[in-house]
Formats: sequence, structure tokens, C-alpha cells
Amino acid sequence: MLTFSKKNKVTAYIGMAVFAVVLAVLPFIMGATLGNTWVRNLDLAMLYIMLALGLNIVVGYAGLLDLGYIAFYAVGAYVYALLNSPHLVPLLAGTGFEWILHMPLLVVLPLAALMAGLFGVLLGSPTLKLRGDYLAIVTLGFGEIVRLFMNNLDRPINITNGPQGVNLIEPVSLFGHKFSQAITVFGVEFRSVHLYYYLFLALALMIIVVSIRLQSSRIGRAWVAIREDEIAAQAMGINTRNVKLLAFAMGASFGGVSGAMFASFQGFVSPESFILMESIVVLAMVVLGGMGHIPGVILGAILLFLTPEVLRDVVNPLQDKLLGERVVNPENLRMLLFGLALIFVMLVRPEGLWPSKRRKAELHEKDEKAAAEAAEKESAHG
Amino acid sequence: MANQANTELLLEISGIHKRFGGLCALNDVALSINKGEIYGLIGPNGAGKTTLFNVLTGLYQPDEGKFTFKGIDLFRQKPNVVVDSGIARTFQNIRLFHNMTALENVMVGRHVRTKAGVIGAVFRNPGTRVEEAAIKARSLELLDYVGIRKHAEEHAKNLSYGDQRRLEIARALATDPQLLALDEPAAGMNGKETDDLKRLMEKIRADGVTILLIEHDVKLMMGLCDRIAVLDYGKKIAEGVPEVVKNDPRVIEAYLGATPD
Repeated sequence: MLTFSKKNKVTAYIGMAVFAVVLAVLPFIMGATLGNTWVRNLDLAMLYIMLALGLNIVVGYAGLLDLGYIAFYAVGAYVYALLNSPHLVPLLAGTGFEWILHMPLLVVLPLAALMAGLFGVLLGSPTLKLRGDYLAIVTLGFGEIVRLFMNNLDRPINITNGPQGVNLIEPVSLFGHKFSQAITVFGVEFRSVHLYYYLFLALALMIIVVSIRLQSSRIGRAWVAIREDEIAAQAMGINTRNVKLLAFAMGASFGGVSGAMFASFQGFVSPESFILMESIVVLAMVVLGGMGHIPGVILGAILLFLTPEVLRDVVNPLQDKLLGERVVNPENLRMLLFGLALIFVMLVRPEGLWPSKRRKAELHEKDEKAAAEAAEKESAHG
Repeated sequence: MANQANTELLLEISGIHKRFGGLCALNDVALSINKGEIYGLIGPNGAGKTTLFNVLTGLYQPDEGKFTFKGIDLFRQKPNVVVDSGIARTFQNIRLFHNMTALENVMVGRHVRTKAGVIGAVFRNPGTRVEEAAIKARSLELLDYVGIRKHAEEHAKNLSYGDQRRLEIARALATDPQLLALDEPAAGMNGKETDDLKRLMEKIRADGVTILLIEHDVKLMMGLCDRIAVLDYGKKIAEGVPEVVKNDPRVIEAYLGATPD
């Protein structure tokens, strides 16, 4: 992690405290100024941050291009949904397994992570010898397989309820309080969206800490080594098979956590939420923000998630005012801007908006010196 | 030296065959390396030296043969198992982790001798912290050993060519090998750099590491190696102390062509 001199340490602590306060009151500010939809958007943004950080382990650290990442989000979501909805009740009736339903969050969440991690290994093992484009195609297929399974596992035994999805999913219940109900503490009313915000924030922070610690560990170094030169990594005694599978499993488990939270937050899951486009969006978040660099990935997730929401709020009123009629659908504009942003970033800053020094060095071999200076500046400011 | 009375066998291969399609890159190769010696491997281009190297370090799986190291059977083992049992290598065309710092490169080499996993990384328990500090200390020590400690924080690709070679050696040494396999370490070096490298190799040997060396610089090989094996067309055509090998007619023929008589 970063090291500060004594004087900088104080400033850093103050900065962190201010940041913490901002994060704590953010949903209320958002709610008061922009309305409750925006608090909800904030919650969803947190879920995407978790997803992007999970994919960052696979793509950013270990350099394994994964185009089916949303499958792990789906696995997490369905684990939570099936264990916390009445859907499985008829199936389990009289089997003696009713106890698996309605387990506490602290059991379900690790279970979702574990299950997604297992799927990560399942995907990882046949792809170990593949690289680059080939790996991307296989992972893409895997993502579709998972979605199609969810879509079709309503026969012969109805497990996933097929395209109709699973509904009536219970909200999170923590310390005996259901998140669907508002709670008043010290005269402040915390609504459902607020409670979810704090839960998601806590989970996102946890994932950030885990990501940072993994990065600067023996395992993190092994991942980077594999990304840099797999043969050399092998020749250094790294068991590339296990270390790669570990990357898949870790990345997938973050996705599983995020998915479980998505299910509880929405109260409804269906295969439609886990289409290829979602995988691509999450990948774009990682690439656009800065592969392998945690702050960059978070920035990418926030930007790519919030831009369409902003457009939705801005474009129609703007058109009404300026043109008196609605010419462009904000949905279409969204894809247009999304595509343009990606093209622009890849042309001008292929390393992403906020890259790590390593990544920057990689893509700018020639103006190395300029990059080093910029990095120095950045660290001086941060 | 070669004629020491109590030589201890370190590595032994016999009957090694490696084919690539119709090409027989290694044909019934046998050799044995004793503990503490510098063993040279020479031969014309395409003789199979690097192929043999890749077999000995697990990157290639031989088709037939026997391969034991310290009495352990390493036939068709994975590279990480080979490294774990004590054979480390460098590459003919340097393969560093270019965008990692010199220090990080060597730290990767410690991977095989350390064991912190995900749990340790996430919780940073005292055991992991101690291990991490030890990895760093040992890596700095090794950078010092090969003489490039002042470049510890530089990206590997920004080091000079000679320093990259040294870094590769430091990274290989970080795996605590008993046998260090160097694939043309002096390639592209000038006279002074080659002399420095020679001294480094002698120092490594003096510290108890056996060295297997591929090199084209015959002068360097003759002055450095205790024993030399010569490969030609995938076959070992000679083996022995440098003076004998140098005058072996088959070796001369392989390098210069047959003398008409």
C-alpha cells in the first residue's frame, strides 16, 4: 500500500475521514437533491463496482480475458434467490431439506461466493491452456451456457423457473431487521435504499481491501508474472494451473457476492439480467477505468453505470426545452455514447482513464519518461 | 574438480528422446552432472542444446528416457515440480517480467520456497508478514549478490542488457537451486561483461551451486567448465574435460566439417 511521510500521514488521515463522512451522507444528499431513484442508482453502482473489481482480478491481474463473467453474477443471484424465496418450497417439501431455505445472510452470502467460486474453477479448468482470443471465445460460451441453463432448468424438475425467473425473494435481514422496512435511528429515517447502500458499501470496501491485499501478496505477484510471461512464470516454479484457477475462483466469488446482493435488492431475478451485454459492460468498466488498478476500475464502474442514468434524466427534459419534441431516445444515445467513449479511450488512452504505473509503462514504451513523471506527480497529489 | 575422488552424482539422464513430428531433436542422449561442477553443453546451431535444456527444466516432455535428480525421478514432470526439486534456469532470449521491478522479479523467484496463500494475503497474519519480509530481504540480498541492487526499483525492461542477464540469474537463484542452468548467458556481451559474468559464475559455484551452461563462446567454456558435452544433430558426440573435447576429431568435424583424406 501507499506509504506516507509523517506530515503527509496527517493529511492523509484527514482526507480519509472527510471521504468517509462524504460516503456516509452521500445517499441522503443524493436523495434530497436528485430524488430516491438516485439513491437506488447509487446502490446499483456499488454492485457494479464489486463486479468490476472481481473481473479485475481475472483480467487485470492475471491477464485472462473473460467474456462470460456475468455468469458468476448469475450464479450468486440464483443461489440467493432460490434459498430465500418460496420457489423451492414445493420441491423440498417432505425431503427433509427444508432447512436450507431462509438461512441467515452470513451463511447465504459466503455460500453464494463459494458457489460462484466453484463455477469459476469449473470454467477455468478446461481453459487453462488457452490464451487471448481462444480463451475469450470459450468464456463467452460459458456465460451463455449458464444463462441458457437458468432459462431452461424449469423442466423436468422446476429448479430455476425458466424465463419467468424467481420472484418473491426476501430482502436482506440483518440483526433481526428486515431491510424492506425503514428504521429510525436518532431521528434519522433510514429507508430500504439507505440500508442497502450501507450494506453494499461495506461489502464493496471489503472487496477493495481484499483486492489491494491480494495484489501486493505472493499470489498477486504470481498472477502478474503469469500475465507478463507464462513460460517464465512456470520456469520460476509457479504452478500456473493452480494460480490461474485461483484467479478465476477469486474473481468469480466477488461476482457471486454481488449477484446475491442484486437478487435481494431487486426481489426478482430472471435470466434476462445476465445477457452477454452485461459481461461486456463489466469488461468495459475494467478496461476503460484502467486494468489492474483498483481506483481506476472503480472509476470505470461508476462512470459507465451512471452515464446512462444521467442521460435518462437529462436528455428528455433537454429535448423538450430546446426542441419542443423528443427526437432521440436516451436509450439509443446511451449506446452511441458508450461506443464513442470506448473508441476514444482506446485511441487516446489505451491504458485506461486511471491506470497503474505498470500498465502505463507497458503501453507507452517510448514516452516512458513522461509516464514516470506523470506517475510521480500523481503520487505526490494522491 | 572433475577428477575429484569423491564426486557425488547430482543429475543423471539416459536414453532421452525428443521428437517434434518427424524431427528427432534429441536422440538417445545421456549425461550425468556431478555436484559442484560447471558442466558445459556445446554444439553447432540446431544441435538440440536448448531442447535438452527445456527437457531438463520440464518445459518439454521427453518421449522416452530416464531423468533423475538427486535420486528423484523427474521424468515428464511439470516445470514447477522440477524447480521445486532444485533446478532453476535462465533463458537464451531473456524472459524477464518486463513491467515488474527488478526486485519484484526476484521476489517471484521466491514463490516456490514460500507458501502464503489467499487467506494469508487477505488477513496478513504475523506468519505471512514475516514471510513477506523474508522474501523481500532475501531478494534484495540476491540483487546485491549479482551486483544490481541499485536498480532494485527499476522496471526490468529498463535495465541494460548485461544487467537483465544478471537479474535473470538472481531470479533463478531465488528459487534456491542446487543446479543452475544458464542458456547462453554471455550472448551479446562484450569482453568486460563476459569476464564479470565468468567471475559471477565462479562465485555461484563456490557457494555450492552446480552449474549447467550452454554457451557459444568456446574460449569462455574452455576456461570455465570442468566437463563439456558436445551435441550434434540431437546426439551426444563427445564428453569430457575441455582439453580432450577440444581435440576430439568428431567435435572438430561437427564444427568445421569432415576433413578430406
